[in-house]
Order: sequence, then structure tokens, then C-alpha cells
Amino acid sequence: MYDVVVVGAGPAGSMAAKTAAEQGLNVLLVEKRQEIGTPVRCAEGISRESIEKFFEVDKKWIAAEVTGAKIYAPDKTEIVMSEEMAGNEVGYVLERKIFDRHVARLAAKAGAEVYVKTAMVDFERKDGKVKLKLRRLGEEWEVETKILIGADGVESKIGRKAGIIKTLKLNEVESCAQYLMAGLDIDENYTYFYLGREIAPGGYAWIFPKGNGSANVGIGVLPKMAEKTAKEYLDAFIEKEGIEGKIVEFVAGAVPVYGEIETAVTDNIMLAGDAAYHADPITGGGIANALSAGYYAGKVAAEAVQKNDFSASFLRRYDELWKNDFGKKLKRNKKLQLKFIDMDDALLNKLAGAIAGKNLREMSVAAIVKELLKAHPKLLWDLKDLF
Amino acid sequence: MARKAIVDRRKCAYCGACVAVCPADANELVETFLEIYDDRCTGCGICVKMCPMGALAMVEVE
Repeated sequence: MYDVVVVGAGPAGSMAAKTAAEQGLNVLLVEKRQEIGTPVRCAEGISRESIEKFFEVDKKWIAAEVTGAKIYAPDKTEIVMSEEMAGNEVGYVLERKIFDRHVARLAAKAGAEVYVKTAMVDFERKDGKVKLKLRRLGEEWEVETKILIGADGVESKIGRKAGIIKTLKLNEVESCAQYLMAGLDIDENYTYFYLGREIAPGGYAWIFPKGNGSANVGIGVLPKMAEKTAKEYLDAFIEKEGIEGKIVEFVAGAVPVYGEIETAVTDNIMLAGDAAYHADPITGGGIANALSAGYYAGKVAAEAVQKNDFSASFLRRYDELWKNDFGKKLKRNKKLQLKFIDMDDALLNKLAGAIAGKNLREMSVAAIVKELLKAHPKLLWDLKDLF
Repeated sequence: MARKAIVDRRKCAYCGACVAVCPADANELVETFLEIYDDRCTGCGICVKMCPMGALAMVEVE
């Protein structure tokens, strides 16, 4: 019997497996795809601080370093955010194919068993433990575990079957499409964000540089507001912007923009990362929270094994940890997102115009909102206590 | 006659977006391909709205 089985070898799952194995637990990490880290379903951006909290940065999995961000209103009003000290990178664009494998390898090195091309077919809680049915190459078998960590992504089977999460509604999720484009002529020191209902209803389009003239060029739209597919919006954006480059890779995906869930646990089970809707509702960024959540889940798993208590009430320690870390921010940014999706293009232009040219030294959502609150307190009155 | 979702496997990007929004758990990303279970599909069309690729459609079936 395992102490912990983790389903899903993305950043949340591998981090959970690594942490739990480092605490001396008997851990199995299961990934249904045959290759960890692909397809990425991700724009790959993360703040420097979030990654350095857990890892010594290795250039092998850093595609690009950025020093700032440029945000464009529908009328092309530009807001520039950059660190005061030039050359001081504030963010990384990862090479997830390499990064995800790196974290899984660290989990293995810490002692976790890793099975790829292995799907969890079903699970059942019984007699204080969890019985899982696994399948690899058509062969099915059963394993038992004290704790099951569901890091099985936005489509989490574990979260839904265990009754921890509700299925996302069409205004709680972004439909996303992204090309990796090569041969681009862009300033690679910045990430670029394009706002507007016409370009990306309920979401935004992005360009995240990946070095050597390549970049992730993608879009997320809220299906509730969208009138065509994410791919069609992406193609229209590329044409409208006159982005010239060769498409060398293509991915699609869903990003939860739900906000904070009440609990990510039930008896014997914890959810981490997109499975727990941990992605940020305003930026869609999910890697940082996934890493933190995985870390906390691994820690709490070790405590639970030590105390031999796998009840929901014990596992709520994990809720406390992730909520104290980023739960409040999820809640706050959900409120901001609801406000944002209500804004038409004229209002976005007006708001951007009010803060264009301001020296935004901090690269964060809060920095923008604080400036907007100074410029147009009445328009954002209901947000004033949040920022 | 009932409405059911069908997938065009040549258009599908195997991203699982439709799985995340299906209220009936009728869609599943099996290892690396999408499976739609007809017996569970209620024909609501939510997955069609969600699909980033336009790979899903509703059809009338007997």
C-alpha cells in the first residue's frame, strides 16, 4: 500500500510527489500521457519570485527572461510596466516540456515511483483508504493508498467524482488557443497583453517571447461571451496585428477562472493546481499556485501519515495553507475579473488612457488597479477596499 | 430523435476543455484521445461552445 498516489505529473502533481517523497513517504506519481510536459496547454509565463521560491533556476528550462510587460487597450493605448533597474528580469517564460520533466525527475530522485502512459480509470474510498484502478497499455490493475492527490488538471476526474468541485460553467472558464511562432520581429524583453471585447471577449490575447525570435502567441476567451472559437479569435488577432511568423506548434486548452473554492479536500483526498481551480482568474496564470499547492499537499500528506489521520478535518490543514498563501488573491482577482468582463472597449480605452505614461514599476495586477483607482475612483468604487 | 455531441477527431486538439465543462460527465480525455459517451450525453451543447478548435458539433440521432 502506498502512502500517497498523485494523479497528474504537471507542476502541482510532481511538486506534491517530490515533497511527499522527501518526507520519506511511499509515493506513486501517475501520468496518463506518454510524455510528461506535453502538450503544454499553457503560455508558460511565471514571475521570477514564484519560481525561485522552489527551484534553483536552470537555463535549460528557461526559454526567455523578461523585464516588463506592455498592455494594449483596444485603441492601442499602451501601458508599460517595468522594473526600475533595467536588466533586472521580473519574469520568466519557461520551457515547460523541460521544466515539467525536471520536477518529475526530482520527485523520482526523492524516491517516488513514476508511471507514465498510465491512466487512473476509477477510484473508490473504502475502509479508510483509497482503492485505485490503473491502466497502462490496455492492462488494468489495482493499487491502494492512504492519500490520493488529484493534480489531474482542469478536467479533474478525481475532484468531480469525489464531489469536491463543481463542473465549470461557461463564464467560469477560458477557452484558449496558442501558437508557438518563429521568425518574429519583437522586443523580447517584454510580455504583451491585448485587451478588448472585439479581440478577446472576456479574456485577452498574449505574446510571450521564448527566445531567438520565437514566442507563444495565444488567446483566451470566455465562452459565455464568445461568438466564435478561440482558434478563430486567435487567427483574427494575428491578422489584425500583422504578426508575421511561422507557426511551429499549436496547443489548445481550458483555464479555470473560478476564484477560490471552499475546500480542496475530502476524506483521503486533496486536489492541487488546475484541478482545484487554483489558476488566477484575472491573469490565467497557474504554474506558481500549482507549485505552492503541490508543496503544501505533500507536506500535509506527510503530517497525515505520521498522525495516521486521513480525515477531511485533518486534511483541512492543506486548505489553510493554500488559502493563506494565495486564496485571498484568487477571491480578490475573481471580483476584479467580473468587473473586467463587464467593461466595453470604450471604457477600457478610457481607463488605459488615464494611466498610460505612468511609471509602473511593479509588474502586478495590483499595481495597475491602484493607479486606476487614483485616476477613476468612482468607476472602480467597489474595488477600493480590495487593493 | 435526440441531440448528441460528436467530435471530429481530425480537428480535436485533445486538450480536455470540453471535459471540464460537461455537466453530465459524458466526455473523457482517455489517455490521448477524446471519448464521448452517448448514453450520458444530454445534448446540452455546452461542450460545443467551449471547444477552442470547433471540433465538436451537435447532431440529431435516432
